[in-house]
Amino acid sequence: MSHRISRAARALPAFVSLAFVWLTSPASASLGGDADSVSADSVEFKGQRLRTAMPQFDRHDITTGSGTVVHEYLSRAGKVFAVTWQGPTPPDLRQLFGSYFEPFRSAAAAQSRPGAHRQMSIAQSDFVVQAIGHLRTFQGKAYVPSLVPAGVSVAELE
Amino acid sequence: MLHAYRWTLLLAVVALTACGGGGGTSTISRSTSSSGASSSSSSSSSSSSSSSSSGASSSSSGGHNFSAGGPNVVPITVGPGPTPSSSFFNIPYASVTVCIADTSTCTTIQDVLVDTGSVGLRLMASALNGLTLNEQHDPSGNGNVIAECLPFPDGYIWGPVATADLTIGGEKASAVPINIIDDNSSFSPTVPSSCTSNGISLSSVDLLGANGVLGVGLYTQDCGPYCAYSVSQQRSPYYYYSCTASTCTPASEAVGSQVINPVVLFATDNNGVILQLPAIAATGATSATGYLVFGIGTEANNGLETATVLTVNPINGTFTTVFNTQTLSFSFLDSGSNGLFFLDNSIPNCPGNAQAMQFYCPTSTLSLLAMNEGQNGAMSTVPFQIADLSKLSQFDFALNDVGGTPTSIMGLGTSYFDFGLPFFYGRTVFTAINGMPAGSATGPYFAY
Repeated sequence: MSHRISRAARALPAFVSLAFVWLTSPASASLGGDADSVSADSVEFKGQRLRTAMPQFDRHDITTGSGTVVHEYLSRAGKVFAVTWQGPTPPDLRQLFGSYFEPFRSAAAAQSRPGAHRQMSIAQSDFVVQAIGHLRTFQGKAYVPSLVPAGVSVAELE
Repeated sequence: MLHAYRWTLLLAVVALTACGGGGGTSTISRSTSSSGASSSSSSSSSSSSSSSSSGASSSSSGGHNFSAGGPNVVPITVGPGPTPSSSFFNIPYASVTVCIADTSTCTTIQDVLVDTGSVGLRLMASALNGLTLNEQHDPSGNGNVIAECLPFPDGYIWGPVATADLTIGGEKASAVPINIIDDNSSFSPTVPSSCTSNGISLSSVDLLGANGVLGVGLYTQDCGPYCAYSVSQQRSPYYYYSCTASTCTPASEAVGSQVINPVVLFATDNNGVILQLPAIAATGATSATGYLVFGIGTEANNGLETATVLTVNPINGTFTTVFNTQTLSFSFLDSGSNGLFFLDNSIPNCPGNAQAMQFYCPTSTLSLLAMNEGQNGAMSTVPFQIADLSKLSQFDFALNDVGGTPTSIMGLGTSYFDFGLPFFYGRTVFTAINGMPAGSATGPYFAY
């Protein structure tokens, strides 16, 4: 872990300046979006951002004020292929899912059933969401299978 | 025709199974029980033996007999609920009475979901019988009304915050901040986009299966200190908003003004709750009647006695369950979940639509075992059974042996066992509120 943190720390200054450049840009899609959208999320979530470079992707960590941590996975092809979140409050899914937000809503409506809503799961051919949430604990992962780099195990993405 | 909703999906299950869809289930390498799998003809002896096994742990808290009632005892019922045409199983209901603050103008709302997995009283606007409660106003004096957007994994509940006097059984609380769920669009402002970003609207009787939610979980507030931060320190999706007649903007909501666990405002019996449901047959029951009891160790009738106390992580209310080879560190008890949700890849899911597939349909009833461990190191074994949901009676709303797949998020280390309502049958279950001394221990904890 210390290895990753140190790499992230070195990468931080460059990305802080990039985020500043994009402050005035319109917020754009994240999942399925490009690097600009990662910066847009950082601004939208008002979070601090760290980048960790891995062989096949960059992981951008955005920590929001509630303590919720959002990870966005950016492939070498320049696309956000996966996002995860974990913490006491959920992230803004419209912002995080981008163009996949409406498919998320449609799938949620199709599978909704009476009772307390503690979990949801979407497994479409090119859009997967796993999310749980109850009082003060929300976690989730969403990814676009066709954008996942070869050799990357989605199950191992934190 | 009572609950067509549920049986639409299960008819699909049966149809697919009959066509050979169940053929791929192969063997399940575990001990199985014949009791639940056989039809109702073998009912009494087999079902009583299996229910006693699943309720075995209740002997640890067997001294509680609430049938005599008392000011802190409220009957609860697992039954068809408010929407018989679309109802679902294993939802426990109670009645609550709300009054316009400092008046005797009141109404009683039936079929409110009793939920140990959430905090705060939320009532459908359509269920208030025309009663207009006092809305909570923005403390800045601008005349705005405070509203709340409560997030769920798939959506949100939205509506104004009101202040009401509350009576549940013999317990009373005054000036309770509650959430009025805007299920009839009587609340004029547009739902803010930062709220709808949670997903779909769950503000309906059909989607909750209830006229409201009585959240009596582990905490005092539904949000806590974070929602009292300045707006600039919060981010979307916000919980609390300040609303004009047309628009809402995010708001900082003082902790003392937030929607609150009503239990803590009772004069006594305010440190937690007990839920007790009877043991039921493995084959299910048309309904089940039990008790919601206020207070832990505050009266002659609500002591912990020999119950095992499992303290939970105070941050998120979870304990650790060991099941098969899995160590599940985000586990919880939840009367608002209508099944036991845990991962076992050897159990086939029910075929059918997206709702059926969330449940297990083993080829024969399985007898399984989980072990719970609290943060205090206390351990408790939990025997349970999982039956083929599609073979349980369509006329039963109380089902003991229902299991389903949790949403497992690989890589996050947040796996859990959700002990939903089946866990509560045959048990007396204590939920102690964060920071409150309750009997021999201090909340937050679960005990049973």
